[in-house]
Amino acid sequence: MKIPCPLCGARDRREFYYMGTDDYLLRPSDNATEAELDNHLFLRDNPAGKTQDLWYHETGCGSWMVVSRNTITHEVYGAELVMERKKEAR
Amino acid sequence: MRIEGKGRIDRSKVVHFTFDGRKYKGFKGDTVASALLANGVKLMGRSFKYHRPRGVLTAGSEEPNALVEVVGARNQTPNVRATMQEIFEGLNVRSQNRWPSLRFDLLSVNDLLSPFLSAGFYYKTFMWPRSLWERLYEPVIRRAAGLGSLSGTHDEGHYEKAYAFCDLLVVGAGPAGLMAALVAARAGADVILCEEDRLLGGRLLSADSNIDGKPAGAWLASVEAELRALSNVRVMTRTSVTGAYDGGVYSALERVGLHRGPRPDLPRECFWRITAAQVVLAAGALERPIAFPMNDRPGIMLASAAQTYLEKFGVVAGRRVVLFANNDGARAVARQLMAAGVSVAAILDSRLDASAVEDCPVYLGAEVTDTKGRLALREISGRHAGGAFQIDCDLLLVSGGWNPMVHLTCHMNGRPRWEASIAAFVPMADAVPNLRAAGACNGAFSTLECLAEGAQSAQSALQALGRAGGVTQVPRAEGLPYAITPLWAVEGKGRAWLDFANDVTTKDVKLSAQEGFASVEHMKRYTTQGMAPDQGKNSNIGALAVLADATGRAIPETGTTTYRPPFVPTSIAAMGAGGRGAGFAPQRFMTSDQASRDRGAPMIEAGLWYRPSYFPKPGETTWREACDREIAYVRHAVGVCDVSTLGKIDIQGKDAGRFLDLVYTNPFSTLPVGRVRYGLMLRDDGYVMDDGTSARLADDRYLMTTTTAAAGLVMRHLDFVHQAHCADWDVRFISVTEAWAQFAVAGPKARALINSLLDQPLGDFPFMAVGDVPLGSVSARLFRISFSGEEGYEIAVPTRYGEALFRDLVARAETMGGGPYGMEALNVLRIEKGFITHAEIHGRVTAFDIGAEKMVSGKKDCIGKRAAMRPGMLGPEREQMVGLKPLSEALITSGAHLFEPAADLTRVNSQGYTTSVGYSPMFGRYLALGFLVNGRARLGETVRLVDRLRGIDVPCEVCDPVFFDKAGEKLRA
Repeated sequence: MKIPCPLCGARDRREFYYMGTDDYLLRPSDNATEAELDNHLFLRDNPAGKTQDLWYHETGCGSWMVVSRNTITHEVYGAELVMERKKEAR
Repeated sequence: MRIEGKGRIDRSKVVHFTFDGRKYKGFKGDTVASALLANGVKLMGRSFKYHRPRGVLTAGSEEPNALVEVVGARNQTPNVRATMQEIFEGLNVRSQNRWPSLRFDLLSVNDLLSPFLSAGFYYKTFMWPRSLWERLYEPVIRRAAGLGSLSGTHDEGHYEKAYAFCDLLVVGAGPAGLMAALVAARAGADVILCEEDRLLGGRLLSADSNIDGKPAGAWLASVEAELRALSNVRVMTRTSVTGAYDGGVYSALERVGLHRGPRPDLPRECFWRITAAQVVLAAGALERPIAFPMNDRPGIMLASAAQTYLEKFGVVAGRRVVLFANNDGARAVARQLMAAGVSVAAILDSRLDASAVEDCPVYLGAEVTDTKGRLALREISGRHAGGAFQIDCDLLLVSGGWNPMVHLTCHMNGRPRWEASIAAFVPMADAVPNLRAAGACNGAFSTLECLAEGAQSAQSALQALGRAGGVTQVPRAEGLPYAITPLWAVEGKGRAWLDFANDVTTKDVKLSAQEGFASVEHMKRYTTQGMAPDQGKNSNIGALAVLADATGRAIPETGTTTYRPPFVPTSIAAMGAGGRGAGFAPQRFMTSDQASRDRGAPMIEAGLWYRPSYFPKPGETTWREACDREIAYVRHAVGVCDVSTLGKIDIQGKDAGRFLDLVYTNPFSTLPVGRVRYGLMLRDDGYVMDDGTSARLADDRYLMTTTTAAAGLVMRHLDFVHQAHCADWDVRFISVTEAWAQFAVAGPKARALINSLLDQPLGDFPFMAVGDVPLGSVSARLFRISFSGEEGYEIAVPTRYGEALFRDLVARAETMGGGPYGMEALNVLRIEKGFITHAEIHGRVTAFDIGAEKMVSGKKDCIGKRAAMRPGMLGPEREQMVGLKPLSEALITSGAHLFEPAADLTRVNSQGYTTSVGYSPMFGRYLALGFLVNGRARLGETVRLVDRLRGIDVPCEVCDPVFFDKAGEKLRA
């Protein structure tokens, strides 16, 4: 499996550290309710098909990225830097 | 028996080898199987379950019977296929699964018991009493089961891993593969051509065919010469491609040293990971047997195997041959044998509409109904329209048609498609991205079709690669259609084997269907058909045809089981090459490493690092003596310790302080330049992630230290927080762990030692100060921090000066009554002072638990702050960190549980546990840190510390975790 790092190009999966769903990007606010915290920390979808998750190019450029991939076909659609996505959100 | 003038062996080079203790001669180029056959040895193994005498069935890696042990000086390899193992001078091979000998095997009694040992026998028989399963049934069954044996000692052989990349990977070097490689290579693509055999050519080596009007060998030689001369082609023989994986990755196993005597410079095997943009699968096809009664005797082999032994090795395994086939192709084998002067007694063709014209008797519509000969075939019985007959023969060749090797196309979930015209499964197109099947593995069996499909698939690959060229004339060759009428099993008395390796007969498959295991996957597991050595190679299609018949379904409806990698058995040693012993994890050495080893310090692992445990002195007999002495250095004079393994992260930018405020629970933007502060970091879920000190070197520059264990974790975390939550802030950071060597200098004489190094004595340099100091021409960084409770400094220099500084510091310390101290002493010093490590912050504790809730600033946000306030994260119900002081001098241990004195010692009554223990010379007893429910409110209470594994039960006083100098007067002195 290869991951297309936006900075380094397609690299072997073993250069990356896997974190989990991109939900982790949405940090709950200071006055988040318990339910919101519970949701953020523990409740995860388990999609059969397209999913987006966070990978860290640990032995490469040190970038965090959101990788779109398919849990059934193992197809990797692409990757976007977390930094860029947050820029768009602002 | 050898046939003169035949075979691609070197008859000028005689090779001696041993089989079951007897010496044999063969020629260079022989396999164990071919050499044994040439010596008249037909019996090569015993079957798995019934211990039936078995001979060789095939001439390739699919061999189910002739599995042997190769005994080397430094390793013993079981289940090696005699058909694949090339002989070399001194090779020592043993048969397996027999006792006391191959000819006389006591467990062949199983064969007599076979009416009782049907499929599912174990499941049905050993059900009750249940308690006997583990104690009796399983051990006995295990002893009787299994094929080869291991030596029981480490395999000291050398194995290798390698990586390769190419435009086009061609799997198999028969006519299709060679043609594909040639077309792509001539167009300039980077080509890797993998062939499992030692020779290129595939079926061209054994078939009697012409290409472009000349014998195929001439074409083969010219193509091989051209490919080997091209710099963009890598030809890999003795290499089996074993798996297809995501992203164009293929695994391959190369036999590098297995075919020659031990050579220290060569690995035994090399495990390849090949990344290919395009792939042509030209793996060929496997001939399949027919299940007729008693079809497993030594002397019964596949027709194509006999052809290979004749043409490649010049060997015929008998003097009087019968051929039993259901297709046209097998006739060529009989003709080749007759041309070589071998007597063919008869051809039994199961078809009525086949030709009867051969130079030997041909029985049409005939079947083999029985065979005789215990250790070697003697006679067969047959029947046809004219009645039953017997024929004396010592070699029976069988051909039930051909199965394309679809394996690789199924490794990524693809399912093969049934092709009725050839009565076989063929690959689905696009089952593996960018892989095209060509030739026999695609169901195209004639040489001409193979050449054409090879060329065509290479052209498609070139097109996909965006390369021009690739037009090559396809040579003329034989293009006869393949005519077959399926015949899977012959009805009759006696067992008819489908899976030779697992002793599965047609009866077992029918029984499976009858007992409800009618799905092909269930049948496989119930009967073990296709498992272990077979992997769906010889028996798969036959078994599912019998199953289809038994369940009244068609073959495509019945489906196949799943083909999974690896295609051939792959040693774990090859896959894990380089990962044994010290290769398992890289080693990281501190600059003081040699100096510590010079002093005889035993090194202990701290992550990948190696740190000195203690520094023994002459006359000391236990590590404790050394440890106690080193503790005394720090408490009474001065000790030196290498602390370079701690993570160091240089953080710079206008927003550096603001960034640290976000990742630490306590504020750092308020830290004055030239000062150090202890900080606590939480995870997203509010639990403690790490702790450490950070120093402010300038307005816009901090140096963070992390624990040794969490250095990587913290770096990853900082990158995440920065990129996900504050990417627009002006802050950048980088790990400088390896750039600096850092040493702790601690004890009442620490300042004197530091001053002795400096040109000018330290002036006002209070606790938690940081600053640059000159050390000769080098600028060192000095921190006043302490992990021992004594006045302490840490001095850091660029790594290249580390060793010199360490030796200098230790020499100076020794003149002052001190010296170096190791991890054991460091641990006791910090336990006495209640300082935590990852033994305490083990991932399940909060800032509240370690008594640091006041460090969570109320004035600012930080990662994990809100989550740390969830219900259950604070309060008296939580286990809080305490110190534990035994009431006696008894030994206590970490990991022990804490109980109230009168409570029963049950799990639910456990009130907590210990995390760190050390012997404190200061208190004359062991001390522990641990966690106790509502511990801070229970100071002064007595609890029982119980470690049942080690028989420890010691009453302890609950104390503050800081056992001495709670006010910190000593470290501020």
